[in-house]
Amino acid sequence: MGKRIVIIGGGTGGTIVANLLAQGLRTEMRRGDVTVNMLSASDKHVYQPGFMYVAFGRMQDDEIIRDQRSILDSLVNLYVDPAVKIDIEGQTVTAKSGRSFPYDYLVIATGSRIVPEEIPGLKEGAHWFYDLQGAKKLRKALKEFEGGRIVIAVGVPHKCPVAPLEVTFMIDDLFSNSHLKGKYELFYTYPIARVHALEPVAHWAVKAFERRGIQYETFFNIEKVDPEKKQLHSEEGSVIDYDLLIAIPPHKGAPLIEDSGLGADGWIPTDKHTLTMKGKENVFVVGDTTNIPISKAGSTTHFEADTAAESLICLIKEGCPGRRYDGKVFCFVETGMDKGTYVWFNYNTPPNPGEPSQMIHWFKLAYNRLYWLSARGIL
Amino acid sequence: MDAAINTSVDARDSYCPGPLMELIRTMKREPVGSVIEILSSDQGSAKDIPEWIHKVGHEYLRTEEKEGFWSILVKKAK
Repeated sequence: MGKRIVIIGGGTGGTIVANLLAQGLRTEMRRGDVTVNMLSASDKHVYQPGFMYVAFGRMQDDEIIRDQRSILDSLVNLYVDPAVKIDIEGQTVTAKSGRSFPYDYLVIATGSRIVPEEIPGLKEGAHWFYDLQGAKKLRKALKEFEGGRIVIAVGVPHKCPVAPLEVTFMIDDLFSNSHLKGKYELFYTYPIARVHALEPVAHWAVKAFERRGIQYETFFNIEKVDPEKKQLHSEEGSVIDYDLLIAIPPHKGAPLIEDSGLGADGWIPTDKHTLTMKGKENVFVVGDTTNIPISKAGSTTHFEADTAAESLICLIKEGCPGRRYDGKVFCFVETGMDKGTYVWFNYNTPPNPGEPSQMIHWFKLAYNRLYWLSARGIL
Repeated sequence: MDAAINTSVDARDSYCPGPLMELIRTMKREPVGSVIEILSSDQGSAKDIPEWIHKVGHEYLRTEEKEGFWSILVKKAK
C-alpha cells in the first residue's frame, strides 16, 4: 500500500503544501505510491489579506475568492468535508460525513478565527475587517462617517500584527484628503509597552503618529465595550470615548483542535524548527495552528508550508526529514494609501524596516494578485 | 523558594508578537491563582513585563536573569 498523506485545511498553508507535494512527488502520485487527500471546510479559497482592501473599497469579492479546486493540482484529492476528529494514536481523521481518512503523514493547517464574542460588547459595539462580512460593514461605516473620534483597539492573540497600524494610516490618508479634514481624530491603542510588537516598527510608527497628530495609548488590553455609552474599557483601567470603534478581535484556533485534545485554544504545541507536533514526527503543523511564538500571518504560513512540504518529500523519497524552519517572516506594511514598506526577520535576525515608498506599495498591490501563484506553489 | 509553576511559556527568539503578548495570551486562559513563567531573550521585555503586571494588577513574583535570557514569574490575581 502506498503512503497516505492527509491535509486538513484548504487555506494558504494546506494549499501550498498540497501543490508542492504534487510537484515534488508527481511520479510517485501518478504511480499510486503516494496519495494526497485534502479535507476542506469550504469549496472556496479566500485571500484574507484582501479584507483590509475591501474595507476601503479597493478590492472586490471576486478578486479575493476563488474555487478551491481551481487552484489545486489535479493529483490532489479534494474533499469538501470538514474534519471533525483527529485520532493521533489511530492515525485517522474523521470527516463530518462520517468518512474516515487513515494517514501515514498528517498536515494540520486549520488556521485561526476571530472570536469577538469573548469580549463583552465587542460584537455589538465594534467594527472589524478580519472577515468579509465585517470588512463590508466597515466599508459602509467609513463611507457614512461624519466626523468624530475613531478608536483602533487590538485583541490578543491576533493575526497579521501590522494590520492595526496599516488601517490607522490608511484612514488618516483617506479622511485628511476629504471633506472630513479637521473633523476627525484617530486614537490608536496597543496591548504592550510600545505601539507595535516589533521595536523598529514601533519607533518609526510613533514618529508618524506625531507627524500626523494621531493619539495613542499603550498597555491597553480590551476589557469590555459599552455600545450604549460608546466607551471602550481596558484591563489596565482606562476608559476611552469613541464615535467609531475598529477592533482587531481576539483569535482562537479551529474547534477541531480542542475537540481532539491537541492544544488549548486550538493552538498545537509544535517544534519551532521541524514544524512537527511535539512528540509526533509524522504530524506536521503549519500556519496559525502552531503555538510557535511568532506572527500569525500569511507569509509565516507560506514559509512554513515550504519547509513542511520539503520535509515530507524528503521523508518519502529519502526516509529523512529535510530542512528546518528558521522562523522567517516577511510582511508588507502599508503606511498610507499610496506608500508602503516591509519588514522581514527570523529567529536570529531582528527586523529592520526601510523607508516607505510608492514602489513597495505598488508591489504589495501586485502581490495581492500574485498570491494565486503562491497558493499554487509557483511563487 | 519559587511558587509551583503551573504554565511555562518559552518566548525566546520571538520578535513578533513578542514575549509580553505571549504572556497576555496565556494569562487569558489560565485560572486565577495560576503561576505563569515567561522566558524571554529580549532585554526590553524583561523591563516591560513587570511594568505591565503591576499596571494591570496581577502579582509580580520575580525576574531571574539566566544565560542570555530572563525568566519572569507572575501570579494571575484577577
